[in-house]
Parts: sequence; structure tokens; C-alpha cells
Amino acid sequence: MSVTIHVPRDASASALGADSVAHEIAAEAARRDIELNLVRNGSRGLFWLEPMVEVTTPAGRVAYGPVQKRDVASLFDAGFLEGGRHPLALGLTEDIGFLKNQQRLTFARVGIVDPRSLDDYLAHRGYRGLQAALKLDGASIVQAITDSGLRGRGGAAFPAGIKWKTCHDAQATQKYIVCNADEGDSGTYSDRMLMEGDPFTLVEGMTIAGIAVGATQGYIYLRAEYPHARHALEAAIATATTAGYLGDNVAGSGKVFRLEVRMAGGAYICGEETSLLESLEGKRGQVRFKPPLPAIHGLFGKPTVINNVITLATVPVILDKGAAHYRDFGMGRSRGTLPIQLAGNVKRPGLVERAFGLSLRELVEDYGGGTATGRPIRAMQVGGPLGAYIPAAQMDVQVDYEAFAAIGGMLGHGGIVVFDDTVDMAAQARYAMEFCAIESCGKCTPCRIGSTRGVEVIDRMMAGDRLERERNELLLRDLCDTMIAGSLCALGGMAPFPVLSALDHFHEDFEASPAANAAAS
Amino acid sequence: MRHAAKIATLPDLPEEVRAVILEVTGRLKDSPGALLPVLHGIQDALGHVPEDAIALIAREMNLSRADVHGVVSFYHYFRSEPAGRRVIQVCRAESCQAMGAVTLEQHIKRRLGIDFHQTTADGAYTLEPVYCLGQCACSPAIMIDDEPRGRMTPERFDAWLDAETI
Repeated sequence: MSVTIHVPRDASASALGADSVAHEIAAEAARRDIELNLVRNGSRGLFWLEPMVEVTTPAGRVAYGPVQKRDVASLFDAGFLEGGRHPLALGLTEDIGFLKNQQRLTFARVGIVDPRSLDDYLAHRGYRGLQAALKLDGASIVQAITDSGLRGRGGAAFPAGIKWKTCHDAQATQKYIVCNADEGDSGTYSDRMLMEGDPFTLVEGMTIAGIAVGATQGYIYLRAEYPHARHALEAAIATATTAGYLGDNVAGSGKVFRLEVRMAGGAYICGEETSLLESLEGKRGQVRFKPPLPAIHGLFGKPTVINNVITLATVPVILDKGAAHYRDFGMGRSRGTLPIQLAGNVKRPGLVERAFGLSLRELVEDYGGGTATGRPIRAMQVGGPLGAYIPAAQMDVQVDYEAFAAIGGMLGHGGIVVFDDTVDMAAQARYAMEFCAIESCGKCTPCRIGSTRGVEVIDRMMAGDRLERERNELLLRDLCDTMIAGSLCALGGMAPFPVLSALDHFHEDFEASPAANAAAS
Repeated sequence: MRHAAKIATLPDLPEEVRAVILEVTGRLKDSPGALLPVLHGIQDALGHVPEDAIALIAREMNLSRADVHGVVSFYHYFRSEPAGRRVIQVCRAESCQAMGAVTLEQHIKRRLGIDFHQTTADGAYTLEPVYCLGQCACSPAIMIDDEPRGRMTPERFDAWLDAETI
């Protein structure tokens, strides 16, 4: 019997050399006349160990990593096909501390299954959510989502059940399900990992959403920067269609649901839901006024459910295991689990799916192991480029939507970017304004003009003497206030948050320019 | 009064460009919200969306030239000039900044002798900024054509470039 080996096809694993490792393992096995079953799985999310190779043994899957092409021959020599000892050996994958202490619901299959295999998906509880949903009427499916407490995981954290109910109750000849897969926040990669590692889950979640609200067409609006995810999704949609899980008769139910991947054009603003709808309609991705809500007047003017990848991919487990099972995880008004992504200057970057309620410190220090450089942590940006910079002194904040809001931050899509003590927070503040200026859709003045003026004011602040700095700080704070209160959407409305948090918590970085420092020393 | 038809005279296009546009628009124009898929199709085939082709795309899609120009120019991904043989995207976003992206960016610009949005004189490399590649667990990251590269350093970039130019 041939041995089964897993080498991830995840884009980050590939970025670290997984493809050449997979190729070398196949070649070395051929040279040694060994028969192998080489599976290209998703990533387990332990990126400091990628490329992580797993061997299936009678005791379970055993991991080796990080493996480079040059290590392959020595792995064979060490008998890794029987789980043999080797400097890169990590033991049983499930026993690795980082993974063992997680609560993976949405990511239950990611890294475990072959993302190209429907059989593998079905063998791991795949499509059980859909089977459960098909026994219910639309209103009952919507009720299950409401009861689960699931809130939008894209960043805004709006209750998914309310969105669905509004769309369900709207009368129309055509409705749509749109998946927002325009994951553009720096520090986030959970959407990408899920789409690459378990694409059928997203397909199933969207199908359930379609059946729940009466929509027959779905679109996945995917970032142009994610070619690997595109291949995974297109393969999954083709396979699901052939197997009768998509199309004119979904799983023999007589219901119709079709799904298509649409590629984005590299505009950050299209992660905003109304810009995304404009883009899907073939227009410039400019923000729409709300109301009307997309759930009533969405894509092509029809009622539309628009949710993020993680939100939709969490639907199958809720229907499979019940709303109560999901709701029992979490705290307060943040129910269930959140896939958190550790990024930036962190020793152990990776994906941690846990119930809401653990602290930022546990994530960054216990899971993340502190900084990669070994220097002290100075700041963490949580929730993408529009999220506040949180100082190390506030690390005990709990991962909970309301707790983050209380300290002026936001959890957003769950990305945490760690910075060590070499970071220049004035430069980070300037970048926040610069990014907003580059990515503004241009529809409203506070965002379009304000962001450009913001860069200029920060430049003047940093170039000037003390009086000039104080004058310009007043101006900058006033400008931030205008952007927050006057912008049409979250881009202009939240870009001031990283700026203000840098001013409030790291004021010393604005007090003397590097040039002045150099002159003084 | 001049006739609209006269104003809208189509510029001459190379036969190959014309054929691609007619093929892509013919295949996709009836799908809802087809303009982005059409532009992707054209850029996939030609490597860019030529300025001169906008009038023909507009006619085939039954849109105004302003509509098509507005969309092409809005999205960072679409280019109106041909790119170099390899497109190098360097991530400028926060996670990569935390791991030395600024130094890497300066090194790459110096090494290639070009700035962002430029192509080397020999037509080999085009350099573009990108704001997150989703490779934040292996920052700093760049993408060469469709291949992401993680934990990039000036030394590793030079090793790649030297291997390319042999």
C-alpha cells in the first residue's frame, strides 16, 4: 500500500517553496522506486513551519517542517515515510501546541482535506449543512443563522441573520448572493486560506444562503491578487456542478443555484459592499449612498445578500451542528469563533481560530511567541489599514467586538500586525493617509481631498519647529474629525483611526523629526 | 451639427488586437455586468488594454467611450501600456512594512533602475506597488507574475534576478 504525503498548495506555502518540495518528493520517490500518494492540501496555518510536509502513519499524521528542497533526500534517508526521526520532525500534527489549543469550526477541514476532492469533502462532514437546510423552509434557515449569533466577519460585524431576513422578506423575481472575497486588509489572509484549502465550504455556504432567501445566482467577487484561490474555486464550482450540488436541481431538491467567480480589479475600495456591487455591475467601484440597503436594492437593483468569505463559510457548520452549538462559543454579543491571523513582526505567524474572549496578549505572546526580531513589541495594528494602533500597554484587551470598540479599536477581519520598537509611528500615520489617498474612490470630498491634505499636514508637522508642529497637529486632528464625521463610507471614515491612535499613544514619535534628532546628537 | 457617427469614428487597430476584442466581447457581452470580465479577457490575451481599443470595446458593449475609459482608469489592475516580460509586484502594506518592506522596495528599485509603474529599458521587468498580497504570514512578500514569494530579502531578490538573467 502506498503512503499518503501531504504538501500544501496554499499560496503562502508556495511562496516559501512548497511546489519545489512537492516536486522533489515525487522525484525522489521515483528514484527510490517508492509508490506515493501525494496530496496537495491547504495550509494548517502554522506558517513559520511552512512548507510543512505531513506523512500519514498508523498513529496519525506526522509533520516535518519547514522543509526545503535540499532536505528531501535526508527525509527519505531518515525513514520519514514511517514517521522516522529527523531534525525537522515535529511529531503528530494534531499535538503541535499552536494547533492543539484551537477551536476550529469554520476551518475544521482546512489543511486536512484535499481541496480538489469532493469525496474527501463529503468524508469530512461536507454538505451535511446543505442536507439539513433542505429539510427546512427558507425562514427557518434564516432563523438558525439569527439564533447562532453569527455576525459579519468582513469587519463591520453586522448580524448576518438580519441581513438574510431582510433579503428573504423582500419580494422580487430575482435575488442574488454575493460573496465579498476582496480581502484587502494587510495582516489578513483567512479568506485566502479558506478558499484555497476548503473551497467547497464556501460553495456550500453560498448555496444554503441562496436556498434560504430564494436567490438562484451567486457571485464570488475575488481579488485579482489571488490567482491560487481562483483556481481552487473554479475547480470546486465545476466539480460541484457536475455532481449536482450546483445548477438546476441542487442535490435533487428541485432548487436552482448557480455560482460564478468574478475577478476584481485591484481596488481596495471594492471591499466596501456597495462599491463591490457597482464593480460587479461593470462600473467604477464607487460607493453608493445607503439606504437603500443592498438586501432590498442590491446587485442590478435586486435584493442581495452580501457577506464576507468567512461569514458564508461558517454557515454549513451552523446548519450541520445546530445554531446552539455555534452560539455556545464566545462571549457577550460576540458569539462563535473568530479566525485570527497573526502577521507582521511575529515569531510564529499563523491562523488561530478560537472562541471570542481570549486576550490580545495570549494571541501575540502565547501563540505568536512575541516578535520575530526578538525585540520588544511596541504596537499592534488590529483590523487592517483602517484599524487603530494598539500600544503594548493595552494588550490585555479581550478579543470581542465591543471590548475593542471600547478602547477605540476594531476587530475587523481579525488580522493582527505586530511591530517591534523600531517602528516609526509618525511614518505609519502618514502611510495611513497616503493609502487612503491612493485608494479613495473619489465620490466624497472628506476622503478624496482630506487624505491628500492629511499627508501634507503630517509632512509639515515633521519638517517644522515645535510651534509649527503644534499648529499642524491641531489642524490634523480637526481634519481627522471632518473625515470621520463627513465621509460616505468606512475608508475615509476610519482612515483617521490609525492616525489618531498614533498621535494619542505614540506622541513622542511626532515630537522631533529624525533630522532634528540627528542635528541634536 | 456634426453627426455623432462621425465623431465616433473608430481608430485603426492592428488586426490581431481587433480580433481579440471582437472575440472576447462576443463571448462575454451578454452576461450581466460584463465589462470587468471583458477587460480581464482582453488584458489576459494582449497583456494590456490599449487606449485605441476603447472605442471598439465601447461600441461592442453598447456603452459610451467615457464609460469604458472611466472603468479602465479606475482599477489599478488594468494597464493601457504593455508590461515588461515579468511583472514584479512589491507589497507596501503594514505587515510587510513591519518586516522591512521599505528597505526591500528601495533595493529592488535601485537594482532594476526603475521606479514603481515603470518598465526597464530592455522590456524585461515592470515594477508595481501592491497593497497586500495576502502573504502576511511570510512578510515581506512580492509577487512575480502569478507566483508569490515570501520572506523576501534583498539577497534573495538578487539571487532570483541573477538566475533570471543568466
